[in-house]
Amino acid sequence: MIEAIPTQFIIIFVGLLAIMAFVGLNAVVLVYLERKVAGFIHRRPGPYEVGPPCFPHGILQPIADGLKLVGKQIFTPKGADSFLFWLAPMISIAPAIVCFIVIPFGPKLQIINTNVGLILILAFTGINVLALCLAGWASQNKYGLIGAARDISQGVAYEIPLLLVVLSVVFMTGTFNLFDIADGQGAWPWQWYIVYQPLAFVLFFICALAETNRNPFDLPEAESELTAGFHTEYSGMAFACFFLAEYAYMVVAACIMAILFLGGFQGPGAPGIWWFLAKVYVLLLIMIWIRWTFPRVRFDQLLNICWKWLIPLAVLNLLITLAVIAL
Amino acid sequence: MAQENQTLTHAYADISYDEPIIDHAPVQKILNICRAMSLWPMTFGLACCAIEMMGFGMARFDSARFGAEVFRPSPRQSDLMIVAGTVNKKLSPLVTMLYEQMPSPKWVIAMGNCAISGGPFVYKNQYGIVEGVDRIIPVDVYVPGCPPRPEGLLEGLFQVQKKITGRRWWPVPETATKSEQW
Repeated sequence: MIEAIPTQFIIIFVGLLAIMAFVGLNAVVLVYLERKVAGFIHRRPGPYEVGPPCFPHGILQPIADGLKLVGKQIFTPKGADSFLFWLAPMISIAPAIVCFIVIPFGPKLQIINTNVGLILILAFTGINVLALCLAGWASQNKYGLIGAARDISQGVAYEIPLLLVVLSVVFMTGTFNLFDIADGQGAWPWQWYIVYQPLAFVLFFICALAETNRNPFDLPEAESELTAGFHTEYSGMAFACFFLAEYAYMVVAACIMAILFLGGFQGPGAPGIWWFLAKVYVLLLIMIWIRWTFPRVRFDQLLNICWKWLIPLAVLNLLITLAVIAL
Repeated sequence: MAQENQTLTHAYADISYDEPIIDHAPVQKILNICRAMSLWPMTFGLACCAIEMMGFGMARFDSARFGAEVFRPSPRQSDLMIVAGTVNKKLSPLVTMLYEQMPSPKWVIAMGNCAISGGPFVYKNQYGIVEGVDRIIPVDVYVPGCPPRPEGLLEGLFQVQKKITGRRWWPVPETATKSEQW
């Protein structure tokens, strides 16, 4: 019976389970980091007292938050499309988990080594826009609808420079295979692609912030104007799903940045998952730092940044890359 | 004197709630501790007491230490309603609506004298003020003061935590020793 199941399926199944654990653990760590870093930036201790004395500095805070959200009442608002309303959080979280399948965490730690890895990630992260659109549309709420409309225009606009920037790295390496891209870079920082493509790294970082709806581009859930944007009507675990998805997409974006520009699992000494996780967490901390430092941009400014600056710069970067390769 | 039997034009808030799916004492006990340690207040200030509520979240008093700094703008995601200020009759249907929009379990702190009883606005034949927010929604903890200081509101938060879990979690201020303070 067991021999009848192909090995590939078993690998994917076990890998998906491990990834779900990884995503959940990451969300717990990131919630804690976000609140703690916010505290330090505001010159206050942040979560500190929650938990017994053997767990100092409030490290049980995310656990308390998670269990509280599980125990919270969930309901469908009156007039909402209940099928789409409950489908949206699931569509939001599921593609985020699939994205991790092709990411090489270490020289030997990758679930599927495929030569379309980068395309797969870009395709699946695009589905999140649809999920947020459904969430805003189905919840029969004016704030939700405005949030969804903002998310679509922002997501579609920032997808273009993101793809152009990725394309310039792909032209350099000649492959979409994430393992090969990471493997092609050396151990030391001056051998990483960030040295050859510094502009691309900056553009990718800005686009990643916008794609994951982080400050200063968190217009779809702008608290001061839209209550909570697309997830205004979601309570309890449905809300937690959106947050889990947001953190998962942040990790995916940081992983791609680490692989494309910072050498992935390569590092001085022995290459391995420790270098990869260190780079990913440094990038995530920079994202959190930016969130608590900068004010939110206005919506016209957001689109102007994209269409007037990021896309021309990304095209320029791509053309220069092509010219250098051709020479 | 105040109007003892003040009539309001709208009904008392709907306080019905769903029974828990797993009504099992140890599970509820753990969940209650988690609820008490992660009370997310609603971003919602009515009058000058809201300034003290902001102080309660900011650096000097820092409600984040007790897990209560996540001010959620949407009532669907918040657990604690801090009625910080005067509730006038024109606003009272909206306060009731916000209370009803919060998913249970939910708790209410009436902060300041205006929210508790109408405070300085209560006089004979006054026509605009709801004399106590407990006339429109159920209140769990009253924090008196005009306005209460942020540490008073922190004490109110501790009282809500005590009400949820049945025990006090933090040292009482008078008996706190130097080593117990951070």
